[in-house]
Amino acid sequence: MSVLAIAEHRRGELRPVSLEQLAAGRDLADELGGELHTAVIGGDVEAFGAELNREGVDTVHTVDIGEEFNHDVYTQVVTQLATELDPTVLLMPNSVNGLDYAPAVANRLDRPLVTDVVDIDAEDGLTATRELYGSKAETTIDVHADQAAVTIRPAEWPTIEADGDAAIEAFDATIDESAVRSTVKGFEEVGGGDIDITDADVLVSVGRGIEEEENLDIIHDLAEALDATVSGSRPLIDNGWLAKDRQVGQSGKVVTPDVYIAIGISGAVQHVAGMKGSDTIVAINTDPNAPIFDIADYGIQDDLFEVVPALIEQFK
Amino acid sequence: MKILVTVKEVAAVDDEFEIDGLAIDDRYVTADLNEWDEYAVEAAVQIKEAHDDVEVVTATIGPSETDETIRQALAKGADRAIRVWDDALDDAGLLDPETKAQVLAAVAAEEDPDLVLTGVQSADDGFGATGVTLADKLDMEWGAVVNDLDLDLEAGVASVHRELEGGVEELTDIEIPAVLTIQTGINDPRYASLRGIRQAQSKELAEYSLADIGLDAAGIESPLEQTSLYEPETEGEATVFEGSPEETATELAELLAEKGVTS
Ligand SMILES: Cc1cc2nc3c(=O)[nH]c(=O)nc-3n(C[C@H](O)[C@H](O)[C@H](O)COP(=O)(O)OP(=O)(O)OC[C@H]3O[C@@H](n4cnc5c(N)ncnc54)[C@H](O)[C@@H]3O)c2cc1C
Ligand SMILES: Nc1ncnc2c1ncn2[C@@H]1O[C@H](COP(=O)(O)O)[C@@H](O)[C@H]1O
Repeated sequence: MSVLAIAEHRRGELRPVSLEQLAAGRDLADELGGELHTAVIGGDVEAFGAELNREGVDTVHTVDIGEEFNHDVYTQVVTQLATELDPTVLLMPNSVNGLDYAPAVANRLDRPLVTDVVDIDAEDGLTATRELYGSKAETTIDVHADQAAVTIRPAEWPTIEADGDAAIEAFDATIDESAVRSTVKGFEEVGGGDIDITDADVLVSVGRGIEEEENLDIIHDLAEALDATVSGSRPLIDNGWLAKDRQVGQSGKVVTPDVYIAIGISGAVQHVAGMKGSDTIVAINTDPNAPIFDIADYGIQDDLFEVVPALIEQFK
Repeated sequence: MKILVTVKEVAAVDDEFEIDGLAIDDRYVTADLNEWDEYAVEAAVQIKEAHDDVEVVTATIGPSETDETIRQALAKGADRAIRVWDDALDDAGLLDPETKAQVLAAVAAEEDPDLVLTGVQSADDGFGATGVTLADKLDMEWGAVVNDLDLDLEAGVASVHRELEGGVEELTDIEIPAVLTIQTGINDPRYASLRGIRQAQSKELAEYSLADIGLDAAGIESPLEQTSLYEPETEGEATVFEGSPEETATELAELLAEKGVTS
C-alpha cells in the first residue's frame, strides 16, 4: 500500500512541486499505512537524490539516464518503476511535463488517471478533489480501482523542508530506443522586449474583460495616471494585443509588485501562479464569484468600463 | 494527408449560477466550442492551405445537441465531422480521459490520420489528458502543450515548441504520425465567413454509435465517479468597496495613495 512520487527537474534544478508531492505523498502513505517512495529520472541524480531525502521519505530511487526530460524515456522508466514497486498511488506533477507523460504511463499501467487534484484522501478508497469551470466549482471524485495515477496541482501543498533518512537506491531501467520517437533539441526563452514587468512596483494588469483591443486605451491611460506598468493575462497576449513579455502567469512572468491591479481577469490558476506573491492585490471584476477575489486584498465588483475612467479622474 | 482534430463542446457558466445535483443548472450554462480546440482547428486548416491534398476531419464525443457547436469547425474550414454518441456514454457518468480516448482511438483507427490535433485541455473539466492518452492507445508519438508547429512531411517530422513554465519553450522534433495537444496563441483563429457558415450546413456530419465504430457498449465504464459539486468556500478576505463607480474609485484612489502610488 505504498505511494510513489515522480520528481521533476529542469536545467539542473529540482522543481518545487517535487517536494510538494512529498507532503501530499506522506499523508497518503499514512492513510494507507505504507511507505513513501520518490524517484528522480535523469540529470545529476546524486544531487537530486540527496535533495529529495526529506523527512517522511522511505526510499529515493535514482535513475541515471539522460540529462533533461524526454517523455518517451520518462514513460518507459516510470512504467517500469511502478510495475516493480507496485504503489497504490502513483503521484506525478500536474506540470506541462507531467501532462506530457502521466497520461501515457496511466494508460500503460491500466490505471485510472485523475489530473490536477487540489486535495486527495485515501482513508476510505481514493477520493480526489478537483476544480471545474475555471475554479468556479469544485467536485469530489471517487476512484473505483485498487490502484491509481494522480497528478497534483503545483503550489497546493507545502514543501517538506526537514532532512530525512531515506534509503537511496539506484534503479536500472531498460530503454527501448526504437520507442523513443522524439528528440529534445534545446530550450528557448521567450520575450526579450523593452520592458521587464518583474521590475515594476505597480502593475495595471488587464484581462479578457476588456473585450476589444481599442478598449485598451483606458488601461494605458490608467497606467500613465498611476505611473504604473501594463501587464496582462494570457488571452491578451494570445490575441497579440500586448507583447509576450507582458504576460503574467505560469507560462509568462512571475511578478511580485507592491500593488497589482487585476482588471477583468478571472483569476485562473495559471494566472494566479504568476502574481499571488504581490504585496497588495486589487481586483476589478463584474463577477462576484470570480476566483480572483479569493486572493485579492481589495475588490470592486463592478464594470471596469465605469470604474477605470472614474479612477483615472481621481488621479487627474 | 489526413488530419483528425478532436473538438469538444464545453459549458461556460454565468457569473451567478445554481448547482442542481451534480451539475450546474442548465439555465446558467452556455455551450461553446472549447477555446483550445479552436486553435487546433485553425492549425489544421492552415496546414491544409499550405499543402496539397490535405483533408481535415473533426471528431467529437457528444449528444446531438452539440451539432451546432461542431459545425463551427466546419464553417472555419474543416472538411467533415464525426460525432459519436451512445446511451452507454450517457450512462457512464463522468467521461474520464481514458474512456474518451478509447472512443476517439476507435474513430482514429477507422480514419487512419497522419496527424491528430487535440486541445491542451477542455475549458470546463480540464483534465488536460485526453490527447496523450489517445496517442498512447494509437501507439503514436505525441507532444503536449504545443505552441509552435513546423511540419516537414518529407522527413516525417513535426518540429514543435512545447510551452513550459516560466517563459521557457522546449524545442522538440516529433516523428509523425503523432498526436499534438495544441496551446492557445499558436495561431490567430479566423472568424467563420458567411460563405463558410453556409457551406458548413451541407458538409458531412456523420453520427456513430459505439457499435458503429466497433466498440462494445458493455466495455464502457468510467472508473471515476463524481460524488459532489459545490461552490468552493472563498478563502479570501478581500475588502470589497461598495457603492457607485465614483465612490468605489474614490476609495480605491485613497488606498492607492496610502500605498504610495501617485501619478
Ligand atoms: C498550460 C497553460 C498555461 C497557461 N498559462 C497562463 C499564463 O501564464 N497566464 C495567464 O493569464 N493564463 C494562462 N493560461 C490560461 C488560463 O487558464 C486562463 O484561460 C486565462 O488566465 C484567462 O484569462 P482572463 O482571466 O483574462 O479571461 P477570462 O477567464 O475569460 O476572464 C475574464 C474576466 O473578466 C470579467 N469581466 C468581463 N467583463 C467585465 C467588465 N466589463 N468589467 C469587469 N470585469 C469584467 C469576467 O467576469 C471574467 O472574470 C494557461 C493555460 C494553460 C492550459
Ligand atoms: N468529448 C470530447 N469529444 C472530442 N474531443 C474531446 C472530448 N473531450 C476532450 N476532447 C479533446 O481532448 C482535449 C483535452 O481534453 P481534456 O483531457 O478533457 O482536458 C480537448 O481539447 C479536446 O480536443
